Amino acid sequence: MNKIETKALNVYYGNGAVHGLKNVEMSIPANKITALIGPSGCGKTTFLRALNRMNELKGAETTGEVLLDGRNIYSAKEDVIQLRKKVGMVFQQPNPFPMSIYENVAYGPRIHGQRHENLDKIVEESLRKAALWDEVSDRLEESALGFSGGQQQRLCIARALAVNPEIILFDEPCSALDPISTARIEELLTELKQEYTLVIVTHNMQQAARVSDFTGFFLMGELIECGRTAKIFERPEDKRTEDYITGRYG
Amino acid sequence: MKVRKDYLEALEKLKSDVLTMGQLAKESAKNAIDALVNHDKALAAKLIAGNSLIDQMEFDIENQCMRLLALQQPMARDLRTIGTCMKIITDFDRISDLAGDIAEIVLKIADEPYAKPLIDIPRISEISQGMLDDCLAAFTTGEIEKLMDIPYRDDLVDALFGQIRQELMVIMIENPRTITSASHLLFIALHQERIADHACNIAGRVIYMVTGEKRKMG
Repeated sequence: MNKIETKALNVYYGNGAVHGLKNVEMSIPANKITALIGPSGCGKTTFLRALNRMNELKGAETTGEVLLDGRNIYSAKEDVIQLRKKVGMVFQQPNPFPMSIYENVAYGPRIHGQRHENLDKIVEESLRKAALWDEVSDRLEESALGFSGGQQQRLCIARALAVNPEIILFDEPCSALDPISTARIEELLTELKQEYTLVIVTHNMQQAARVSDFTGFFLMGELIECGRTAKIFERPEDKRTEDYITGRYG
Repeated sequence: MKVRKDYLEALEKLKSDVLTMGQLAKESAKNAIDALVNHDKALAAKLIAGNSLIDQMEFDIENQCMRLLALQQPMARDLRTIGTCMKIITDFDRISDLAGDIAEIVLKIADEPYAKPLIDIPRISEISQGMLDDCLAAFTTGEIEKLMDIPYRDDLVDALFGQIRQELMVIMIENPRTITSASHLLFIALHQERIADHACNIAGRVIYMVTGEKRKMG
């Protein structure tokens, strides 16, 4: 079953001067990991950010539809705050708030109106799901900024999980991490897909091949090919995909 | 701009080495039957001595494949090419081993008249040589049309082998003194039939390399 479907999705920047995404039609299955790959500037991050209307923050103009469970998130009636609660995001650089571990995780639920007595449970559950609880349970009041990059990134994942999302978008979540921290995040992603739908932008094709179930290849704002990851990396249909993943593009 | 120059050169070298190994294995199989037909013990001995080069090539090519896999993380057609190379070098090695086994038999029987005139064994050899030729050409050019009738050619080889076996059984029953000599020929025919089976494996792998589809070819 598809969680998200995009129909004729176009994104324009700079008052229409830059056509960032061109008629993208893509389906993102529920409870799977979908990887977006392509060279720099191909539109993969723009596509990711279109899934929770983050491009609007940069003044981009969007046409077409993004259907989340069949409902267009670009309709005038859509509550963007609720949308971004439902579609969480984890960024390239770990960006914990300059506050304690506990407060980092509790912040989102608190501003969404969670009662004080529920917060302990939410914080623990979120940190457990992010495979961080065992490392920080006795240091919840310490500043998040004192932890390693890998721990900070898992904290950001816990923070995203704390508001009970359905979809989590990852924008190169491991590019600033060492191989061991990367392996932990990758393992975490495969656990999280049991409960959530995950979309990950990555420049690391081996990472896309390792963790994702489906892969979409973008080039110059177009979705060139999308399908099961094993097929994309073993026998892609489009020559441009083949050239890119075999390193002949350049 | 040409990217990954060293990688592409390493891939080309791999393919070229696999092709050379394949040609040597095919030549071994041909020489084995030539040695048999011409009672040529010198050729048989030369063939046996030359097989160590093919063994060495198998190790060397496997190392090249492992290095490319470990260091370059090949994808798509490159990955299929390397996977194909790793598989078909085993077939080439087995072909050269079977040719060596035939040459060993030739060394034993070349001084005596054979249990029967050689008609169908050279025919099997000719068919399997053709199969190997087409496999090597397709491996080089990526044109796989000529591989499509490989299963049919393998059926022909199987039928010829059945015919030879039948004929040799009759000869052995009629004249038990021919049992040693006839059983040697029977083994040669069997080895030839196995060479054709390896050609089928190679054809299937080359088709996979080119199209990405796995197909049983015999």
